[in-house]
Amino acid sequence: MERKIRLIVAKPGLDGHDRGAKVIARGLRDAGFEVIYTGLHQTPDDIVQSVIQEDPDALLLSILSGAHPVLFPEITKKLHENGVDDVLVLGGGIIPEEDVPALKEAGVSEVFGPGTKIQEIADYIRANLKR
Amino acid sequence: MQMQYSDDLIQSYIDLIKQKEDSVKKKRALARLITLIENGGPEIAQKIIPQIYNLTGHAKIIGITGAPGSGKSTLTSQIADHYLEQGLKVSVIAVDPTSPFSGGALLGDRIRMKKNFTNPRFFIRSMANRGQLGGLAMATKDVIHVLDAYHSDIIIIETVGVGQSEIDIFKSAHTTLVITPPGLGDEIQAIKAGLMEITDIFVVNKMDRDGADKRVAELQTMLDFAENIEIKNDQTQAKVVRCDGWRPPVIKTNGVTGENVPLLLENIKKHQEFLNQTGFIKKRLQFRYKHYIVEILKYFLVKNVEEIVFTNEKINEFIEKILSHEQGADPYSISGAIMEIFRDRYFS
Amino acid sequence: MTENTKESLNKKILEETERWINTTVAQSLKKVPERKRNFKTLSNIPVKALYTPVDIGNLDYFDDLGFPGEYPYLRGAQATSYRARFWTMRQFAGLGTAKETNQRFKYLIQNGQTGLSVAFHLPTIYGYESGSPMSAGEIGKEGVAIDTLADMEVVFDGIDLSKISTSMTINAPASILLAMYIAVGEKKGVPMEKLTGTIQNDILKEYQAQKSYIFPPEPSMRLIVDTIEFCTNHVPKWNTISISGYHIREAGSTAVQELAFTLANGFAYVEAGMARGLNVDDFAPRLSFFFNAHNNFFEEIAKYRAARRIWARHMKEIYHAKDPRSWRLRFHTQTAGVSLTAQEPYNNIIRVTLQALAAVLGGTQSLHTNSFDEALALPSEEAVKIALRTQQIIAHESGAADVIDPLGGSYYVEWLTNQMEAEAEKYFEHIKKLGNGSMLQGAYVGIKNNFYQREIANASYQYQKEIETKELVQVSVNEFKIEEELDKKPEILKISEHVAEKQIQNLQKVKSERDNARAQECLQTLREKAKTNENLMPYILDAVKAYCSVGEIVDVFREVFGVYREDSIF
Repeated sequence: MERKIRLIVAKPGLDGHDRGAKVIARGLRDAGFEVIYTGLHQTPDDIVQSVIQEDPDALLLSILSGAHPVLFPEITKKLHENGVDDVLVLGGGIIPEEDVPALKEAGVSEVFGPGTKIQEIADYIRANLKR
Repeated sequence: MQMQYSDDLIQSYIDLIKQKEDSVKKKRALARLITLIENGGPEIAQKIIPQIYNLTGHAKIIGITGAPGSGKSTLTSQIADHYLEQGLKVSVIAVDPTSPFSGGALLGDRIRMKKNFTNPRFFIRSMANRGQLGGLAMATKDVIHVLDAYHSDIIIIETVGVGQSEIDIFKSAHTTLVITPPGLGDEIQAIKAGLMEITDIFVVNKMDRDGADKRVAELQTMLDFAENIEIKNDQTQAKVVRCDGWRPPVIKTNGVTGENVPLLLENIKKHQEFLNQTGFIKKRLQFRYKHYIVEILKYFLVKNVEEIVFTNEKINEFIEKILSHEQGADPYSISGAIMEIFRDRYFS
Repeated sequence: MTENTKESLNKKILEETERWINTTVAQSLKKVPERKRNFKTLSNIPVKALYTPVDIGNLDYFDDLGFPGEYPYLRGAQATSYRARFWTMRQFAGLGTAKETNQRFKYLIQNGQTGLSVAFHLPTIYGYESGSPMSAGEIGKEGVAIDTLADMEVVFDGIDLSKISTSMTINAPASILLAMYIAVGEKKGVPMEKLTGTIQNDILKEYQAQKSYIFPPEPSMRLIVDTIEFCTNHVPKWNTISISGYHIREAGSTAVQELAFTLANGFAYVEAGMARGLNVDDFAPRLSFFFNAHNNFFEEIAKYRAARRIWARHMKEIYHAKDPRSWRLRFHTQTAGVSLTAQEPYNNIIRVTLQALAAVLGGTQSLHTNSFDEALALPSEEAVKIALRTQQIIAHESGAADVIDPLGGSYYVEWLTNQMEAEAEKYFEHIKKLGNGSMLQGAYVGIKNNFYQREIANASYQYQKEIETKELVQVSVNEFKIEEELDKKPEILKISEHVAEKQIQNLQKVKSERDNARAQECLQTLREKAKTNENLMPYILDAVKAYCSVGEIVDVFREVFGVYREDSIF
């Protein structure tokens, strides 16, 4: 059976820079994905609950404020604690390259910086689904 | 992209949602079952629904629809708040349209439910309608049953009321709310066109805006008019849904501040009492399950017919006749003859 | 020149233009066709190959251009422009703890910076204490962590507030940070009458674009008008509001939308002040603006020029301001953060230079140049220095600042200025219609209907698509890309997570040492006064002096005013 790929695009933390997240949500919709946008200022608990209820194939997190070293691992930790291990977690925003290894270690599969084409993200998701 | 599942896995999810205690695991199992139904349709649903049907019949189902910009998500969130405060378990299905161009969808209704995300008694699921042919009505009916078996006290289905399939969904609701804010010029037209027959309560949301009272008056006039006309040529079976003796009340609300939401809830309660006292509830349920089985039958009959037509050798006799151009051997007459055979076999 | 000779001259130019296109140009095109089928600005205004006097044939020099420092201010806000004084070089800074920010400020002053600009960390912007769970991961990241007056005292330690002007990028809790600045001044013996600076205090664009709102629009507007009223009476040199297009642009709008929405917001604040009963000329001179400097060089210059003329015309004709200072639009500019690329980051220095030059040619009053590493991380000290040097080189070496409005009279720039004004007027009409004739109500309705949000989202999506299809070229991103470029990564700034720990400890210490009964009393008074129509500034001032935290004060307002939630518009 053909199935639709469902994604959650979420903005953890306080920064209000949602231009990138929204453009990506819309671009991925146009690439044929079902995109659930959960809005600004999401706490890690909010995001984990959204993942549990919406059962997406991938979770896309965007942070531009520099809070990623704390918030990304917090989210992946809570997902794991709740038994969610088959959702692809991706990061985006302003993420210094030297932070990437630690984020990958924490369970973020890939990090996309400014200037990434939406097509690249779409291709990555299709190639790396965990189920 | 293939869908992966096994009967064992489905069974384990079903066992989980049957558990008395609410838990994260149970919520995940529910979410997984919904995903399976969304992707697998009746093929999967026939493995699930028979096992849980005896647990259903408990939930009160509320349908909420309105044009984009009517504030229905915000109002849905307020309604959910009130039920949650009463200690009830509330589930929401928020349906948004699939883009006809890409097949993708943007589902943004969760945003307004943020307050209750982490409440263990609350569950919200965003669904894309996957086009008119995607069988949204079908999947939604199945999902409602799963949420009912999950022991939701209240199930709210919220969607933009645009297509027939969306309108169909509301035939499975106990009470349907149609939301119309002031200041959306052509909306009255939309109500005339299709929503009138499914409405149990009209809600004029954004009551703080100019024109709210005017909109209430328009709706009242429309209701006066509707009461005096006979429904003829009733293909939608609107009569069954529209119960004599219940004139849809028109309630003004403010979804942002929550003003008048308790009044709205009171009217929902009144409507459900009315259905129970008059016995209309039974008519509605009969109607709801007729629709449900029509959908299921459509699916399996089409599948069966296709199987027979393409694999059964006997059918070739009929095809030969068509090719011979004999009198009475056109595709319509031949199809009629095949229908006779089906009817004899299954319904005589 | 009489009308008749002008007309016949224009006719001749038209004929000659046609001849030129059909002969000289046509021959050239046969050899090499044009690079693109359509040329347009970033706001989708189509541009021709050549502009002539015919394109600005209707301009009246005296009515439409005039002289610098005079109505309609098209050619400049000040009579002498940069021949007397350069623009204020004001680099936005704020990082980590108050102490680190204080050091960065001193470094900038030492290097010749003439004004301070404070960036606050997000918990302060949203009114959360550093210890709140909402603040996790954010402390000291995008700006300085300010919880109480004690932090503010450290930020300005050793800096003479009577000599320097300070700009604070703060919106929803702007009244609280202003109160803190006043309190710091008082402690240093600088009375509030002498303080100079700006609070951003522009809440409308927060709902429209930047999203750091806390309360619903109406109570937010009340706090703004409270600060305007208070400053009009007590802090006369303070710029009470910096009406900002910068964030609207950063959220993805076009230049036209930036211009139109910002000025429309400006008119909304004017209406709000007048509704409070203030005389327009008592507060309008203290309103200032803040624009973006983006990539399309001439469009940006036309935008600043059009902004000045629109503001002057509306303030005079519609709001009947009498004081010329009310007609005169002054603005700060920051180069476009969104235009910076993470790929080959040193190229950003050149982007910033061009953007800064556009701002200068457009007559900005002050300027922040972005650091080249901002698409990678918070700016490092080295990168901040280069950004400041960029301004100094434009000022002192290029000669661009020696003539006022040097592009005035350019056929293209004047035409484009007219064009931008006309496009903006269309938006004003629409917003006014939304508000039944009121720009203030129009702003509220537009926000609640997601009018602005939708316009911006569409523009930003179109921009992204044009980059993906290479209709817009971003050097080293979608063209001229070198795959591996490992050796060129600059040193970047990291904020240690220890900052959070330290800041939370600081806050606890302040709270344990303050007169807590007094603090609670101030908060209670504030709670009661918030329910009335009284101006809240004096009570906020009392509360900050009692070392109540930004978080505590905002919590009181949250309780009384409620919080705002937005719909999602893509």
